[in-house]
Amino acid sequence: MEEKKTDKSKKRGIWLAGLICAAVMTVFCGLVYPLIMTGIAQLTMPRQANGSLIVVEEDGQKVCYGSELIGQTFTQPQYLIGRPDDGSPSNLSAVSPGQEELVRERIQWWHELDPGNTADIPMELVTSSGSGVDPHISPAAAEYQVSRIARERGMGEDEVRAVIAKHTDGKDLGFLGEDRVNVLMVNLELDGKIS
Amino acid sequence: MSSGVIQDIVYVVALIGIGIPLGLYIYKVMTGKLTWKPIAALERFTYRVMHINPEEEQTAGKYALSAIAFSVFGFAILFLLHLLQGYLPLNPEGLPGVSADLAYNTTASFVSNTNWQAYSGETTLSYLTQMAGLTVQNVVSPAVGTAVLFALIRGFQRRESNTIGNFWVDLVKATYYVMIPLSIIVTLILVSQGVIQNLGAYVHATTLETGAEQVIPMGPAASQIAIKQLGTNGGGFFGVNSAFPLENPTPLSNFVECLSLLLIPAALCFSFGRAVKDSKQGRAIFIVMLVIFLMALIGMTMSENVAAPQYDGVAVSGSMEGKEARLGVDTSALWATATTSASNGSVNAMHDSFTPLAGGIQMFLMMLGEVVFGGVGCGLYGMLAFAILTVFIAGLMVGRTPEYLGKKIQAFDMKMVCLVILTPPLCLLLGTALSTFVPTITDDFTNTGAHAYSELLYAYTSGAGNNGSAFAGFNANTVYSNLGIGTVMLLVRFIPMAAVIFLGGNLAKKKRIPASGGTLSTSNAMFIIFLLLIVFVVGALTFLPALALGPIAEFFKTLPTLG
Repeated sequence: MEEKKTDKSKKRGIWLAGLICAAVMTVFCGLVYPLIMTGIAQLTMPRQANGSLIVVEEDGQKVCYGSELIGQTFTQPQYLIGRPDDGSPSNLSAVSPGQEELVRERIQWWHELDPGNTADIPMELVTSSGSGVDPHISPAAAEYQVSRIARERGMGEDEVRAVIAKHTDGKDLGFLGEDRVNVLMVNLELDGKIS
Repeated sequence: MSSGVIQDIVYVVALIGIGIPLGLYIYKVMTGKLTWKPIAALERFTYRVMHINPEEEQTAGKYALSAIAFSVFGFAILFLLHLLQGYLPLNPEGLPGVSADLAYNTTASFVSNTNWQAYSGETTLSYLTQMAGLTVQNVVSPAVGTAVLFALIRGFQRRESNTIGNFWVDLVKATYYVMIPLSIIVTLILVSQGVIQNLGAYVHATTLETGAEQVIPMGPAASQIAIKQLGTNGGGFFGVNSAFPLENPTPLSNFVECLSLLLIPAALCFSFGRAVKDSKQGRAIFIVMLVIFLMALIGMTMSENVAAPQYDGVAVSGSMEGKEARLGVDTSALWATATTSASNGSVNAMHDSFTPLAGGIQMFLMMLGEVVFGGVGCGLYGMLAFAILTVFIAGLMVGRTPEYLGKKIQAFDMKMVCLVILTPPLCLLLGTALSTFVPTITDDFTNTGAHAYSELLYAYTSGAGNNGSAFAGFNANTVYSNLGIGTVMLLVRFIPMAAVIFLGGNLAKKKRIPASGGTLSTSNAMFIIFLLLIVFVVGALTFLPALALGPIAEFFKTLPTLG
């Protein structure tokens, strides 16, 4: 009888411990840990921690042109154009007829934009990214657009290439990921917003 | 050698190179051999406010009850945070409370270490819900998995004992010594790469070409993403998970996130070997996992490169739909393999748009029971259940009582093993089959035909594997799917978990049989191959019919002669 009683109170102890433990963990892992991390990040790496924003001084006013890491839509021929974002990502099977139709439409779009360009289009210019805001394209996809940008802007092709090269990153540590060009940064420089 | 292959090799080398010392560290922490004064003080404080005695040993029943009690209150807190976030602080966007069915689904998913995303973080959840809700479960659900694993390990270590340790001590140690310190390191690396960590309001910027307004989401992301990866959780801070540049900005951040994803599950193999005083046992289990992982990685990378659709007028390339340019085909295939083996479920590319066989491999990895590294703790205890099944079958073949690590495997043990191995497939297949009878389910697909069925199969596979990744074309945020998949996630987490605790309790009661000449070695090449076969045969027998209707049918349709 006595034993049963202590057993029962022990079981109640377990539920109480569970409640308190859940509360302690909420405070420690849910408030202390992320808030301390926020503090350290804000003190030591404020630019990265706040979204790598591009803030430019224009006529004495500060204008935020978005984030270096978030792609923007470009459609006009004088700009370097990034990944398609017509309702992206499609989430269609890679081999489905629906996906093929989307790609065909994009191929046509590129050909209409620059009818003289008969080179093969790099794949990422006719497929959408996972995030829908991919800030990058490959160097090949930038090269594909060099002659058009130079023509539209009345610049030399090598000048355009120089701007692109400035905003091109190689593979991290030489082997991680892919070489990539930051589309927004190239366009900001082409427009003279940054130098 | 292409850089993709080099990246894969460096990945595996890093996994083993960091996994072994980390495994020894976890072993020392969990067996109380390693303490550090500041953390020990925090530990003592925690036990004091909980009114528990850390020296007290628990029986399997008490241990299981403690794990359940903790998860019930964790569930309650997270569920309430979802419903009430509109009235609570740290909500600069003024987001309202979440609907009850979505709150149930998300809560079930985080408490069960699944982290299925029917929600989209940046449009649904306040910073408080993300931090005090999701981040907390991200930390403690792998800690619970680690605790239960050590309860099972004590079953092998102890002889004629009624107890298997103290759940609270295991939980607190795993959290304070393993999860949080590793998260701090990974958080800082991620922020340095550009992952955000702030409490500010969303930024309203101006786009360059049109001058339109662009809203950039903000929040305390890095601290959550670190533990989302380390704890095999996978629920993103943002809707598109680690494809989103602010969640995974560079190939280096990608490598760190991808490595974090398998690190603890791999390390635990070595902790296990050390704990049963025979490192070869841990190595054997690790090799089995690694072999399946490598086969999947090669298959997935090949399918994405070779079987990708090509178009006239487009340069020849691997499949890029749904993939980020900075990551590319090989890096995305590596992540997809790791995330579906590890029951993590985070994505850096859209799985729905992978080539059919690659999608099939993703599903098959999850269907194997998430034992290829698997979730933190639960992956290894799942694989140990398979190891016990293997010695049982081997024992039947030669007519000997099966033994594993010096313990006789008897009827009760096999019943528990069956619960561990059979609960997920049962929930998966029944869930998928029942859902095909729901008339409105076709409204939730993006694709048609075999691939639409794959979307549904993937959803239940992901839920039943406590994985959490998705074919994102499937609209999972409906009342039916929220309740259905949410319930599957809870069942497959807690039924096997309880079975493992009672298995540990029963093993601890047994005597230890000294190894003799007739004992089946459980660490040599023969056993490794046998275990591999058992894992494959159980997985294949259970799931090939279901896979044949989805990815396999779709693959054959792409062959020119049949198309």
